[in-house]
Amino acid sequence: MKIIWSRWVLAAGFLTMSATSFALPPSPEMLANACAGCHGTNGASAGPSMPSLSGQSKVAIVEAMKGFKSGERPATVMGRLAKGYSDADYEAMGEFFEKQKPIAYKQALNKAKIAKGQKLHEKNCARCHIEDGKEIKDNSPIVAGQWLKYLQIQMDDYSSDKRKMFDRKAEKMKPLSKDDLDAIAYYYASVK
Amino acid sequence: MTINRRNFLKLLGAGAGAGAAAGLPMISHAAEIMPNKARRVVVIGGGYGGTIAAKYIRMNDPTIEVVMIERNKQFISCPFSNLVIGGVLKDMSSLTISYDKLAANHGIKMVYDEVSAIDPAGKTVTVSTGSISYDRLIVSPGIDFRFEEIEGYDAVETPKVIPHAWKAGEQTLLLRKQLQAMPNGGTVVMTVPLAPYRCPPGPYERSNMIAMYLKNNKPKSKLIILDANPDVTSKGALFKKGWAKHYSEIIDYRSAKKVTQVNAKNMTVTVEGIEDIKGDVINLIPPQRAGAIAVKTGLVGPDKNWCPVNPTTFESTIHKDIHVIGDASSAGAMPKSGYSANSEAKVCAVNVVALMNGRETQELSGINTCYSYITDKEAVSVTGIYKVAEGKIIAVPNSVGVSPDLSELEGIYAESWIKNILTEMST
Repeated sequence: MKIIWSRWVLAAGFLTMSATSFALPPSPEMLANACAGCHGTNGASAGPSMPSLSGQSKVAIVEAMKGFKSGERPATVMGRLAKGYSDADYEAMGEFFEKQKPIAYKQALNKAKIAKGQKLHEKNCARCHIEDGKEIKDNSPIVAGQWLKYLQIQMDDYSSDKRKMFDRKAEKMKPLSKDDLDAIAYYYASVK
Repeated sequence: MTINRRNFLKLLGAGAGAGAAAGLPMISHAAEIMPNKARRVVVIGGGYGGTIAAKYIRMNDPTIEVVMIERNKQFISCPFSNLVIGGVLKDMSSLTISYDKLAANHGIKMVYDEVSAIDPAGKTVTVSTGSISYDRLIVSPGIDFRFEEIEGYDAVETPKVIPHAWKAGEQTLLLRKQLQAMPNGGTVVMTVPLAPYRCPPGPYERSNMIAMYLKNNKPKSKLIILDANPDVTSKGALFKKGWAKHYSEIIDYRSAKKVTQVNAKNMTVTVEGIEDIKGDVINLIPPQRAGAIAVKTGLVGPDKNWCPVNPTTFESTIHKDIHVIGDASSAGAMPKSGYSANSEAKVCAVNVVALMNGRETQELSGINTCYSYITDKEAVSVTGIYKVAEGKIIAVPNSVGVSPDLSELEGIYAESWIKNILTEMST
């Protein structure tokens, strides 16, 4: 009924009057477009500290947004912005970004650190960050090809206990030094 | 169409060539320099709003032709230009974009020209070489100044001596040069107009950048801020904290001091017609209104300054088929910021495409995030998510907030913000 009425109004040319009253709720694209001003068109970030969202898993995006909203995950602007959306909005955004092609930008990275990071990854992280961090398992995000500076900020949040870890993750990460964590960040940033 | 005889003949001359070259009948396209073969959106202005509107229309429906008219070959960002004034950025190069990649990637037709008139009834815009017709027009002209409200202000001559630096480029560099030339112990005066104006926290970020430069290079100098508003317009507590922490010896902030007069010869501004204040460098930011073309076309509302729009489609409530976005529009609770313009452009683009395809429009989901630097490293931000309720754009409860404190991490994220938003506009 709503649609028929709206079409009739459009045909009659009363656009200005009708548009507000009969607009559909925001689509996933409309919601996700808002993110692109910081995270890049379709979530493909031009860096260096802003994470790419394109190709990220829906689960990871929903998890991140919920963490930002509750304050469990440390944030600057995201803690405030997340409060402007519902769980259903998070799901819609997640669906949109999951469908986008992941783009790994070229980053100038230290080769020795990458090699060190790869070994540490294989020993400590590979059981959850599968396929060199390119695939998800449970709710672990895709970390492969992510911007280095962003990964380093996350590592800092973990090592300073600002960001909580579940037990199994803490068990693996706690014994690692700051240099080790930095090397792992280099490794993930290098994966194409 | 309001074309007088002389104009008509001129346009006929210009259009005839183009029409003949394209092998089209001359009569029906006489004045038209780019015959509209299918469906066309014309975008006026290639800034934070216009570039994004053009790009997202093409992304949403590549069968719609998009023509973007912009007078400059390059765009220089106002956001971050305060960092040039403070010397954090050495020049404007990282804030300058061109349109080549954007146009090539998305098939946007660029016309580098100035729009002299819009004919809402005939649905054409006039540029120097003729007219361009549209099915829908998106106007994103930014701001112009209400110079006439400052006695003694000459629109051409005054800014050469007393820069506003509220449009980035030459004006930004002039203010920087004046600060560099000023002796240690000099006085800088900056004035803030009554809100609403472009970029609510911008003047206060600028005060930080000027004060930082003075503190590090000319520590005996002072910065007097004459604010027409009753208090700091945006992020007030954070700016005051920053001033107290870093610039207490430099900044003298005075609220409710509306500047009504200027004398470029004596280098004074006058507050409320009585109190003269002298500066070695004066940065007078005049009150503002929508860009001249919007005013000329009668797109401004009863306040004569800003353009009322439908909060879902950004279609003018005055002229049909013309949409106004960015600083020029009255977008309810959304502030006049670069990020707001970006967000409004996307909402407008999605809904223009819907309207042109006879589909239902969708409600606005708007966003704003504005960073301001306190020093070369510390920054603060304000955020907001916006929606439509009862026909007005309102902030979603709890989404509007400012940083808990000055933060170096916010400074790091701010750098990535400018990189990403300018990349979005130029690719």
